[in-house]
Amino acid sequence: MHKAQFQSPIFPYLLLLPQMAIVAIFFLWPSAEAVRSSFFLQDPFFGNETFVGIDNYTDAVTRSDYGRAAWFTFLFTLVVTVFSLGIALLLAVAADNVLRGQGPYKTLLMWVYAIAPPVAGLIGIMLFDQHIGPIVDFVALFGWEMRVGVNYWDSGIAMMIVATWKQIPVNFIFFLSGLQSIPKGVREAASIDNPSPSGRFWTIIFPLLAPTSFFLMIINITYAFFETFGIVDVMLKGEPGNNPVTLVYKVFLDGFRGNDLGGSSAQSVILMVFVLALTIIQFRLIERRVHYT
Amino acid sequence: MSQDQIAVTGKPAVPAATSASAASAGFGAFVRRNQIVEHIVLLLGVLLMMGPIAVAFTTSTHDPVTIHSEGMQLGFGNNFLPTYEAVIFEQTGFTKQVTGWGMSLNSLILGLGFAIGKIIVSMLAAYAIVYFRFPLGTLCFWIIFSTLLLPLEVRILPSYEVVQGLGLLNSYTGLILPLIASATGTFFFRQFFKSVPNELLEAARIDGAGPFRFFWDILVPLSRTMIAAIFIIMFVVGWNQYLWPILMTTDESFYTVVRGIRQILQVWIGADIPAYNEALGLAIIAMIPPVLIVIIFQRMFIKGLVESEK
Repeated sequence: MHKAQFQSPIFPYLLLLPQMAIVAIFFLWPSAEAVRSSFFLQDPFFGNETFVGIDNYTDAVTRSDYGRAAWFTFLFTLVVTVFSLGIALLLAVAADNVLRGQGPYKTLLMWVYAIAPPVAGLIGIMLFDQHIGPIVDFVALFGWEMRVGVNYWDSGIAMMIVATWKQIPVNFIFFLSGLQSIPKGVREAASIDNPSPSGRFWTIIFPLLAPTSFFLMIINITYAFFETFGIVDVMLKGEPGNNPVTLVYKVFLDGFRGNDLGGSSAQSVILMVFVLALTIIQFRLIERRVHYT
Repeated sequence: MSQDQIAVTGKPAVPAATSASAASAGFGAFVRRNQIVEHIVLLLGVLLMMGPIAVAFTTSTHDPVTIHSEGMQLGFGNNFLPTYEAVIFEQTGFTKQVTGWGMSLNSLILGLGFAIGKIIVSMLAAYAIVYFRFPLGTLCFWIIFSTLLLPLEVRILPSYEVVQGLGLLNSYTGLILPLIASATGTFFFRQFFKSVPNELLEAARIDGAGPFRFFWDILVPLSRTMIAAIFIIMFVVGWNQYLWPILMTTDESFYTVVRGIRQILQVWIGADIPAYNEALGLAIIAMIPPVLIVIIFQRMFIKGLVESEK
């Protein structure tokens, strides 16, 4: 579509000035700085730097705690994505089907979206607390002595549960709006062809939801990587010790606690490449969706 | 609906040979007609989503000794006023100058500043990109676009150093501006402006309106619902910021209430009986404003969320 446009020598630059200034100072400069310092070794006491090539990268990647964090991040992302998408889809399908009470259900299921991850984390550590946590009491009935903050996997599982819980509302909202945008005629035709509700769902409704699901998968991976920082930080009470951490949390730990600027920057750059790849996938999917709808 | 399906597909109804099978068929139909399964699934979902919050709230109304000896509480306790009075008004922190009230005001400034700042900056930029033809337009667009590639979380250390170098640590400017750098808002408004019919601009031009008049008298009023929707989302996002405030604010008078969550973890350190009630009370205080906004403006919020992520 051709858009009618204004011609003016200065006005558009004035309009763009605030955005470009903020982007240049708070985005381009720090990003370039991250890439640059990933190739240097900094002396935290005297402030001088030595060029070390890709040593920071090889050091970062070959260290055993990096491998451990990467493996945990992978599992964490997988569990959070699969469970939050699955539960949200189940709830969205149920909410889409009911005739009565849809409004209240929708409100009650979505408002956890507005809760900050660290706030969810705080409620989480209470529920998983050694002394007062009802979940610990509950699993003890099955002989599982859960020790969050002490046992590596107990902490990891608690973090996965809280992160999944926090992400259900977003997925629910998108799935429900995806379901409700399926034309009524398609549904009616489907119910004539296929009398069983579950058959109908898997052969017709689910494929129609595929673009939404792919899109949400990317959103969920991004969430599990980056936005769970608050959950991880609060649930480990800021002192990770021997507990599992995500890669983003490790960038923070090594940079601000360990004073390892080069190593932290190298890890940042690795994550940047990862996000770049995700974004490219996302845009290809969006393009496809635009073509077919 | 189920009756229609049977009629259309010609599936015979279950023959009522025995009274037992008739009764079970009747029950099955009853379950289906009243959507019992759906309601059970949804009620379990509501329990899953609301349960933790409800327990957090009721536990916060008990005193620490009860919580410590008996665990989290389902019933309402009689310590509601003392807990919330302490959380909102008692001065805590190293400097003894931080109150829940003060932190909430900082959160409000961050939420409003972030939402309003982002809307203004991104509307202006989107207007320039969509409605003007100028030499560096495409380049600017791609530079802005690149901010979507790298979230703040992966460049925290250099961002911190830049803000420190500019002397903006412990200031609202340093808290808000770096968060505005992401271009989500610009893309949102760009999409919307592109959907505005061309005829409007042509008509405005015939009436002699310049670029400024057109923006202020036509485009801004047209964008009202979009602005409201994006405002709600951005306010919630701004209020809920955690990582950046942790790095930026060492001066407790700039603490936001979500930042205060990290501080209240100190209740576990060196206390025989942690003040669980106050920690949970602060969590409740931190969630009330964004939750209220999302519930009250639910329709707009969903619209903004679904549209802006496209």
